[in-house]
Amino acid sequence: MTDHTRAAVTPETLAVDQVSVALAGRQVLNNVSFTVHAGEFTGLIGPNGAGKTTLLRVILGLQKPDRGRVEILGRPRSPRNQPVGYVPQKVLLDPDMPMRAKDLVALGLDGNRYGLRLPSRDRSEAVRAMLHAVDADRFADARVGNLSGGEQQRVLIAHALISRPRLLLLDEPLANLDLRSGQEVIALLARIAREQQIAVLLSAHEMNPLLPVMDHVVYLADGRAASGPTDQIVTTEVLTRLYGHHVDVLHVHGRVLVVAGPAGDETASAHKAAAAGPAAGAG
Amino acid sequence: MHHLLTAIFGPGFFASPQVHVAVSIGAVVAIVSAVTGVFTVMRGQSFAGHALGDVSAAGGSGALLIGLTPLPGFVGAGIAGAGVMDMIGVQRLRGRDLATGIVLGAALGCSALFLYLGATSGSTTGATQQILFGSIFTTAPGTVAAVAILGAVALGSIAAVARPLLLATLSPDIAAARGAPVRLAGLLFMLALALSVALSALAIGAILSTALLIGPAAAALRVTKTVPGALVTACLIGVAATWLGILLAYDSFYWRPGHQSLPVSFFIVAIIFATYLAAGLPAARRRAATRVTGAASRDKVAA
Repeated sequence: MTDHTRAAVTPETLAVDQVSVALAGRQVLNNVSFTVHAGEFTGLIGPNGAGKTTLLRVILGLQKPDRGRVEILGRPRSPRNQPVGYVPQKVLLDPDMPMRAKDLVALGLDGNRYGLRLPSRDRSEAVRAMLHAVDADRFADARVGNLSGGEQQRVLIAHALISRPRLLLLDEPLANLDLRSGQEVIALLARIAREQQIAVLLSAHEMNPLLPVMDHVVYLADGRAASGPTDQIVTTEVLTRLYGHHVDVLHVHGRVLVVAGPAGDETASAHKAAAAGPAAGAG
Repeated sequence: MHHLLTAIFGPGFFASPQVHVAVSIGAVVAIVSAVTGVFTVMRGQSFAGHALGDVSAAGGSGALLIGLTPLPGFVGAGIAGAGVMDMIGVQRLRGRDLATGIVLGAALGCSALFLYLGATSGSTTGATQQILFGSIFTTAPGTVAAVAILGAVALGSIAAVARPLLLATLSPDIAAARGAPVRLAGLLFMLALALSVALSALAIGAILSTALLIGPAAAALRVTKTVPGALVTACLIGVAATWLGILLAYDSFYWRPGHQSLPVSFFIVAIIFATYLAAGLPAARRRAATRVTGAASRDKVAA
């Protein structure tokens, strides 16, 4: 592991060590190892069905690995009081849910506690500050079900962050967002990672939108992972080997684009579309 | 003035001990149903609530057959049914309409048998009416205490796990990842649901118990923005509908020449239904307004 010297100084925020999971007879994760550090933005990239959600569920302790270990801040994870925030792919936010943005964020503070709570000034102040941090002040009083996809993502991020986690996991947060909302959410996450020294691990099937902010890449395909700093992984040679077909990494006006190579290999075309995505997606 | 009062409140309304019992039981049942109902609607478990009503009917009619009062039967069968549903997994139950429907049918079939046996043995006159459509006017005053205790247990269960319950409603994964007591919350909620349906079965009948559970909650969710707001509004709607229903049923004794009261359950359910429709009006008007101004305000936000 290349990060050994660094790990000796400060423990990794997250260390995934040789994790394997089989679900319904299929090897979903096969000997996956990588580390995530405070203040860094890590992209968990892979085509649909590559095991991204399963990996996040293992890190969260919702799925027991068959082999391997997950350590958070140098300690084995336990189901309670983990400093981990989570934004899942599917959250029930329909318009009938009687919950305002600020109520949802408040639930991130103490939604796991027993009993009722009384309104308190400290709480509402903390919620207000959190909504401000994700630039969501103006819809604090709106029903979450009536917000747009990008606005809902901000509220869910605030919900995950208000318990002051050291690690923030997001499962495909860009899946239902248009290009611009996606870029705003990513810029927000990069800022939060830097400012609050939180480790952000975000899964996506498309790499381009993340390239401007991504420090590390964990590339997942067929249950196996390759990881490293973005500039070492996002090269024509490495990506072509990982994707199993030709991929170009272009440097245009200081921006990096990942572009699928010329068509020809029919079996790889689905992979191509999912992994590289449209070149226009880079920002 | 006196004439007006007599016109609104039929003669002897305030003096009648049956009315006292009905008003007390009605208030407790309406509040418990409304609170449980708000969570039931948000969690999408209305069908489970309806299923428990039918299972309760079998319990209540069985209890009558063996010489008990219906309440222990309603409660026992309701809790047993809730336990079975929890074992199967209520979330999966939603996707299993067919199997659930068949179980409901079987439960109602048992009720039919028990009620028939009771009627033919001649020991329980009016049992069918009592089980299926409630007995709020004929319940013994001693039952009020039992109703209040069971209602308090239901409300206490929900209060204990209200926050984990909400979190799990939004996302079971977030709740589990936070270490929230999701399993216990689900169990206590099913207990509250069973108790609430059983109490409602006693008041307005096993068949109609879902109306009191779902109706006020659904109406409240249409007009409120927060969970506490929805809870208070649902309670007000439920209690108002129940008390007004009791009053109308009492008065209906004088409406027709034959001097026969109309069933109280009909009035309660009709008022709830009307309230639900009325609660939809503001939202419909808002939607119509958004369609017109929506584009403009979106531009404003973007700018």
